Amino acid sequence: MAATTVRGVVSAEPPESFARRLRQSLRTPIGAAALAAALLLAALAVAGPVVFGDQASKIDTSAMNQGVSGAHLLGTDSLGRDIAARVIVATRLTLRLGLSATAIGLVGGLLLGLAPSVLGRRAGRAVTGVVGVLVAFPGLLFVLFLATIFGIGSTGAVLAIGLALVPTLARLIQNLATSVAGSDYVATARILGVGRFRIVVRHVLPNIVEPVVLFAAQAATGSLIAFAGLSFLGLGVQSPDYDWGRLLNEGLSRIYVNPASALAPGVAVVLAGLVFALLGEAVAQTGGRRTAARAVPAARTPVAMNADGGLAQTPADVDGDALAQLTHLRVSFPGGRTAVRDVSLSVAAGEAVGLVGESGSGKSLTALALAHLVPYPGHVQGVVRFDGHDLLADPRSGRRLGAELAMVFQDPMTSLNPALRVGRQLAEVSEVHLGQSRKAALARAVDRLAAVGIPDPERRARQRPHEYSGGMRQRAFIGMGLMAEPRLIIADEPTTALDVTVQKQVLELLGRVRADSGAALLLISHDLGVVAEVCDRVLVMYAGRVVEELPVSRLFQGAAHPYTRALIGAIPTMTTDLDRELATIPGRPPEPGEEISGCAFATRCAFARDRCRGELPVLAPAAGGAGHRVACWYPRAGDGGTVTDDTDTDDTDTGITRAESEAVA
Amino acid sequence: MSSLELRGVGVRYGRFTAVEGVDLVVPDGSVTGLVGGSGSGKSTVGKAVVGLAPLTAGRILVDGADQPRRPGRTAVQLVFQNPYASLDPRLSIGAAVAEALPKARRAERAAEVARLLGLVGIDPARAVQLPEALSGGQRQRVALARALAARPGVLIADEVTSALDVSVQGAVLNLLRRLQRDLGFALLFISHDLAVVRYLCDQIAVLESGRLVECGPTAEVMARPAHETTRTLLSCIPALPARTAPEAT
Amino acid sequence: MARVEIANAGVDPGGPAAPGGGAGRTAPVGAVPVLRRAAAALTGDTWPGFLVRRTGRLSASLGVVVTASFAMIHLIPGDPVRAALGIAADPAQVAARRHDLGLDRPLPAQYGSFLANLFHGRLGDSIVSQMPVSQIISDRLPATLQLVIPAVLLILLAGIPIGMLAAVLTRDGRRRRGELAFAATTGILAALPEFLLAVGLVAVFAVWWQLFPVAGQSDLSSYVLPVLSLTVVPAASLSRVVRVEALRVLREDYMRTARAKRLPARLVYLRHALPNLLTSSLTIGGLLFTSLLAGTVLVENVFAWPGLGSTIVQAITTKDYPLVQGVVLVYGAAALLITFAVDVAVAAIDPRSTVRGT
Ligand SMILES: Nc1ncnc2c1ncn2[C@@H]1O[C@H](COP(=O)(O)OP(=O)(O)OP(=O)(O)O)[C@@H](O)[C@H]1O
Ligand code: SF4
Ligand SMILES: [Mg+2]
Repeated sequence: MAATTVRGVVSAEPPESFARRLRQSLRTPIGAAALAAALLLAALAVAGPVVFGDQASKIDTSAMNQGVSGAHLLGTDSLGRDIAARVIVATRLTLRLGLSATAIGLVGGLLLGLAPSVLGRRAGRAVTGVVGVLVAFPGLLFVLFLATIFGIGSTGAVLAIGLALVPTLARLIQNLATSVAGSDYVATARILGVGRFRIVVRHVLPNIVEPVVLFAAQAATGSLIAFAGLSFLGLGVQSPDYDWGRLLNEGLSRIYVNPASALAPGVAVVLAGLVFALLGEAVAQTGGRRTAARAVPAARTPVAMNADGGLAQTPADVDGDALAQLTHLRVSFPGGRTAVRDVSLSVAAGEAVGLVGESGSGKSLTALALAHLVPYPGHVQGVVRFDGHDLLADPRSGRRLGAELAMVFQDPMTSLNPALRVGRQLAEVSEVHLGQSRKAALARAVDRLAAVGIPDPERRARQRPHEYSGGMRQRAFIGMGLMAEPRLIIADEPTTALDVTVQKQVLELLGRVRADSGAALLLISHDLGVVAEVCDRVLVMYAGRVVEELPVSRLFQGAAHPYTRALIGAIPTMTTDLDRELATIPGRPPEPGEEISGCAFATRCAFARDRCRGELPVLAPAAGGAGHRVACWYPRAGDGGTVTDDTDTDDTDTGITRAESEAVA
Repeated sequence: MSSLELRGVGVRYGRFTAVEGVDLVVPDGSVTGLVGGSGSGKSTVGKAVVGLAPLTAGRILVDGADQPRRPGRTAVQLVFQNPYASLDPRLSIGAAVAEALPKARRAERAAEVARLLGLVGIDPARAVQLPEALSGGQRQRVALARALAARPGVLIADEVTSALDVSVQGAVLNLLRRLQRDLGFALLFISHDLAVVRYLCDQIAVLESGRLVECGPTAEVMARPAHETTRTLLSCIPALPARTAPEAT
Repeated sequence: MARVEIANAGVDPGGPAAPGGGAGRTAPVGAVPVLRRAAAALTGDTWPGFLVRRTGRLSASLGVVVTASFAMIHLIPGDPVRAALGIAADPAQVAARRHDLGLDRPLPAQYGSFLANLFHGRLGDSIVSQMPVSQIISDRLPATLQLVIPAVLLILLAGIPIGMLAAVLTRDGRRRRGELAFAATTGILAALPEFLLAVGLVAVFAVWWQLFPVAGQSDLSSYVLPVLSLTVVPAASLSRVVRVEALRVLREDYMRTARAKRLPARLVYLRHALPNLLTSSLTIGGLLFTSLLAGTVLVENVFAWPGLGSTIVQAITTKDYPLVQGVVLVYGAAALLITFAVDVAVAAIDPRSTVRGT
């Protein structure tokens, strides 16, 4: 097998520990800011009372109720004490109370939140029910209720606020835990006999830490505010102690004289709350980073690519008859990910063209580019023509597509709007594009639903998609494409989400629709059987390029590209030899971010030679006959040869697999 | 090894009957394919066997002994369809496999984990990696290794390749077939792809609306389908024209 | 901010999706007695079934509130009457008050008469003012409602359009800076405690600029600051929620369908996106409304507003337990009714949260 040149073998480095990821995310701007602010806050809490304690408690009858001045930055209170000093000194008590309450809330929340996962079904449901009732009450109401019971004062307030946090936190943790507990990997652990408690510790908790930390941070902010509120109402901290809430209360009574005395403690509460929120966010990022960090490093594809000598040979360049035509299409995303590297294709009026390839080969993006629908950060280059209009140069010409181009997507469950009646969704097409009245459009919708074989279309038109079965939804969707007069139907894996039986019906429907309307079809599928059944011509895509183009009649006998042949060999059929192992293609296709010199298939190709790795093969007429083109330096002739061997692997660690497979066989 | 026997198995969710009156025997060391349209109850049967779906009627016997109603360590293991959901993202693949090892073997755990990973074609040096570093096909191999670690007498494979590309699917199927023949467990292979089932299974069972409508030796069912559902399923496979016979390199 | 995110994750997933495929998969009807079918209709995913279940939960929760407010007085450590009247109070007087309040009777009997009185709208008398609690509440309630109702309307009218606009402008990672500015502004606003905002508003608009009265309920201008204090924070929260929900909706496949149909932007956003984000936003919004109730307590105290909120605080400080009991009951019931109303509204809008009988 060809040596791996494009990608290095993934090195076996240990997984990133949570602590390490945490350290990483604390190094981001948000993380660093949060950490710095938190340290400052902690320093104030520790040193504040020591440094400013005397100043804060010194009664000065000669300086009562003063405003802002040089000597007293925020003025003085009714006993002449310095308010700035008092705000700083209050930091310690405020934080201590707030964090104690948060701790109570978090412990209670974790206990109640994880209980349903540990307890049996009955008890779990009871806990969930109780939490469900409690959570409907606003937190402050809870606090007031509990404060009444525990009595006015700091201790009562800590208990009240802490306990009041429990229901919400418990509910959140419950939700998180249930979603993890419903996962396949927890199901597997249960089958393996791992105990409930152990599952919680090993599988549930590690997968919910980040959101729980985030909630805890929010709870801390919330309890700071709640404390301020209680003290402000006179129900929290009692004289002679004081926290920011009490200072605020005192300040409010003097707001006419000295607004700063009321605003300063308020600002302190808000700032401290923000610090907690930031810290929480920084920690929560830790989880999000994992995927972000995995983004393939940018690989600049040479600009010269489009000017590459061979590319000009594509005959599709000027094709007057083509209904839809892509020339040197390139779709790239920020970060150097090029999903479609160079695709030229044309669809003639009435023709059925198939586009096949592995997942990620760029099929869908090619189709979306043709429909002028590439999602936002995607950058489209090349020429996209529909009926002679250049869509990229003149975006307004895209409006015609509404009437002349119909799209069918893979998942009929999610592609229809769940909130709107099906009839409405169909009718709006001809309302907008043909200027029909609401009533006429609805009548046409019913007519179209009937045309795609939906029984009782009048009633069905008034239903919403969830009342349809999967196959019916796809029918309705196709019917939607028929509201105007489509000249091209682009169907992206229209049957992948459907049953084989329903798949057959939908394919038949597509065929019938085409016969009736004379529309052309671009059918995207990873299933060669489906394409072979419906299409006239097939394009095979690999790593963002078309590697072979041939009439369907030649697909199974005369494919010339090693990849096409391997693909065909890999599908088990009703005639596959039961005594042989299935053919496989070793290795993986390259990622969109990878830079490839030469043939993208070279790492997996049994016929690769030096030229393949150095020079990009371009589509050129194949020996097989008219309409057959292949991008390969050493195409397979006629019926001979195959790339498949019996190696059994889908990745680069072939050595081991091969050794093992020999050992087993 | 073991055999699996379902007697009049029924599963109801509320008032919705998912599976009803299923009688099925998966003999020791053989492969039974369970096929049917979507929503026909294939996965529910698999889940009922391991206790993940509520058994509302009938019995499930492994080697003649009743399976417990709740999930727990038994001779039956199950591999799920979606390779991206069936491994704990926070647990290294080595730890995932180790979790499945029987208690007695804990001592020589590392060696055993390495052996199992090797068995499914994963470099044992990757045991420390998290699932995110693996491709879909590789994850499915790890899931298989984890199931095998529990030394199952019966393995249930629920659509294990339907989330994979054809080129990868072949590799996983080859592996599964080889391991089954080598280790001799009974395999209940759930799939909607008749060609794959034909390739892998000795016996085929066809489900329709939660009921078993046909069951028999693969070749026989394929050649002479007795039930309408089976005939429809067979007729709906897109017919691939005869192709170049793959030849050995 | 805390509230919103908490609320966000607290939403129950919508009703279970109809079983896939569906056709002809229900239990055989003939064998099932009528009774079972009726029960199934009421527990299943049907509209009446949903209403019955939801009403059941409401009654259970109301029961909890009633019991909690009854239990409160008994959970207070020590003797509430002595606490209320002061340590120096004459023992005979204390005993008489205890007798008046019925506190010397066995608990179940007390609970029974509490329920009976409640049924007739009697909530006992205030220890402090001797006035009937029900009278105090009905005197004070209108003032609170006059704040809450305009606030709710303003929150909806501001939060939904702003959130949606922000989502449309920043979808798919467009305008990162704008997104940051929106997130920062609404984040800070949403994290502000209502009473602080109220204090700030008073300082600026009443003290410095003297545009509005500092406190009290008088002419229309006296409503501006309290209502604003109650509105800004939840509206900021709601707009954040709406933005997140709208972004989620805009990523859905059916929005791609709408674009593939080349509908004008107006239809794409208003007809296709809005209904889908309304339901989830409302579910979360419901929690904002209940926390708005709590907000009134603080805001009324800042503005010396003669509503229920200032009443309960006075009652707690003066240990006027029967009055606290009554007000807690009213607030609790109001919170539950709001959640109930929101749930029902969501179910009415969202075809999926309950599948209506066909
Ligand atoms: N918004 C995006 N941002 C970055 N990369 C993207 C984006 N959309 C698609 N891609 C990448 O472009 C490549 C091609 O995507 P495309 O959807 O066209 O593949 P496909 O051939 O249709 O695959 P499938 O068979 O899985 O549908 C993929 O690697 C995908 O990860
Ligand atoms: S050019 Fe042809 S022979 Fe060479 S590596 Fe590519 S596919 Fe294989
Ligand atoms: Mg695709």
